[in-house]
Amino acid sequence: MEIVVPVKMVPDLVEELEVDAEGRDLDRSFLKLRLNEFDEHAVEEALLLKERHGGRVAVVALDTAEVDEALYTCLAKGADRAIKVPGDFAAGVSSHAAAAALASVIRGLPHDLILTGVQAADDRDGQVGILLAEALGLPHVSVVSGVEPVGERAVTARQEYAGGVMAEFEVDLPCVLGIQAAREAPRYAPVSKVRQVMKTVTLEEVPAAGELPGPGSTVVRLARPERGGGAQVLEGSPEEVADRLVSILRDKGFVTR
Amino acid sequence: MNRDIFVVVEHLDRATADVSFEMLGRARELAKATDGQVVAVAVGNDLRGVAAELGAADTVMLCQHPSLAHYTPEAHQRALAAILRARAPRVTLVANTAMGMDLAAGLSGGLGWPLVAYCRHARIEDDRIQATSQIYGGKILVEAQVEAPSALLSILAGSFPADAGRAAGSPVIEEVPPPPAGPARVRFKRLIRPEGGDVDITRAAVLVSVGRGIQSKDNIPLVEELAEALGGALASSRPIVDQGWLPKTRQVGKSGMTVKPKLYVAVGISGAPEHVEGMRGAELIVAVNTDRNAPIFNVAHYGVVSDLFDVLPLLTEKLKAAK
Repeated sequence: MEIVVPVKMVPDLVEELEVDAEGRDLDRSFLKLRLNEFDEHAVEEALLLKERHGGRVAVVALDTAEVDEALYTCLAKGADRAIKVPGDFAAGVSSHAAAAALASVIRGLPHDLILTGVQAADDRDGQVGILLAEALGLPHVSVVSGVEPVGERAVTARQEYAGGVMAEFEVDLPCVLGIQAAREAPRYAPVSKVRQVMKTVTLEEVPAAGELPGPGSTVVRLARPERGGGAQVLEGSPEEVADRLVSILRDKGFVTR
Repeated sequence: MNRDIFVVVEHLDRATADVSFEMLGRARELAKATDGQVVAVAVGNDLRGVAAELGAADTVMLCQHPSLAHYTPEAHQRALAAILRARAPRVTLVANTAMGMDLAAGLSGGLGWPLVAYCRHARIEDDRIQATSQIYGGKILVEAQVEAPSALLSILAGSFPADAGRAAGSPVIEEVPPPPAGPARVRFKRLIRPEGGDVDITRAAVLVSVGRGIQSKDNIPLVEELAEALGGALASSRPIVDQGWLPKTRQVGKSGMTVKPKLYVAVGISGAPEHVEGMRGAELIVAVNTDRNAPIFNVAHYGVVSDLFDVLPLLTEKLKAAK
């Protein structure tokens, strides 16, 4: 099975996010990026499928900052190909544009199954995987955990709903699945192995063809969610804070003597 | 330009999802601004029960067929695309759920209409559609304006009160024939319900919930001990379950359980909308997080901005001593 995994870099949400002076984008000068964690799950699921059922895994990414190392890491984990799509994507790219660019590249690659992260931290105009499926005219299922081949031409995919309920679908290949979680935690690639891959492998470059659409909406401003009605913050040393919390919990009846 | 506001009604097992009522309520406000109608659209089979609950709409469009009885992204999207293409409403609201995600982005791609996803707010001013997305893990609100004549907005659950959308009324019922059968490349097989056996976190009066801030599986006993000291159960956010550190039965949030305990202690949980959706109904929420800007503090009643590794052992010890 030929598996293609589009991946992207997103701001690391563990870090502080700053809004730029014009207020219409994040301040990207000190932004720390990481591979979208849902994409890491898509890569893991692809590698597990390859290990269990054979096939090849190609990882594709638009050329944004720090993407090289992420692609080398995917190779170190066991991906067979890593393809970078050159272009002017430094200021961020809308999901509609990303999907169009990726579609033009993936049309030229063998693809039975396209797995991508269910969503990303910044996909304000919709999820890339679904838009990619539309661009390629393929069926799609999102919020998937658990993919199993059914013969040569289909897979089963489980879509997660609220309350732990899941729907099981059988989906004809080729298709696009938005991965919520791989069946195992994403594997770790040792730095030494990533370095070795960097020395021995060159990333492939395939340019996107055609015009890239915009997101269809214009950003007016960015803001932090209001703190209205938010938490009363308990100040003090850990000792004082713990005492205060115990007293609050006692008042509310959660500490019973 | 069409003035109507459409709401794609989500339902499972003949029950209408709360978010559909939240959207209907908001749609009424939007329709006031456009001087248009609120149209609820439901796709499925045997939708009488669902339709009976949609009194807040002016018109209820039902697209019913045995082949549509179970949701599939392909068939339901095809049915909705045919309706929306024919009617070209000003705004179409879709829930930002597992089903809605496929539909909203799929329709945006298929119809070529703009989509603003993860919406927390939506309004129409001076004939312009304005929508605010809550993205970057809930940390940032992005206000955007749509110029196109028709737009799709996917709405985060819990953004608007559901009451207005539950209003009684006698909407016009319009039956829409299903579109001509197309390829069935996505086939529904079955619904899988959660297995029992583990602790049922939806029944616990006290939940201590652990998130990414715990850093390693080895640290989870720290949170478990606090849960024990409070006589509560251990729950978690999604990343902990994805890492395989706790079973799926413990997951709170959009793709996990919705809980309403008397006390919810969120430890090292940033509070992305997907998590908050599952716990905002808790009576008392206490959050411990190192990041003062973590969105969990917007829903918590009491916040501790501190390293959980400093505070938790002390808290557990003091709670045990207090008993």
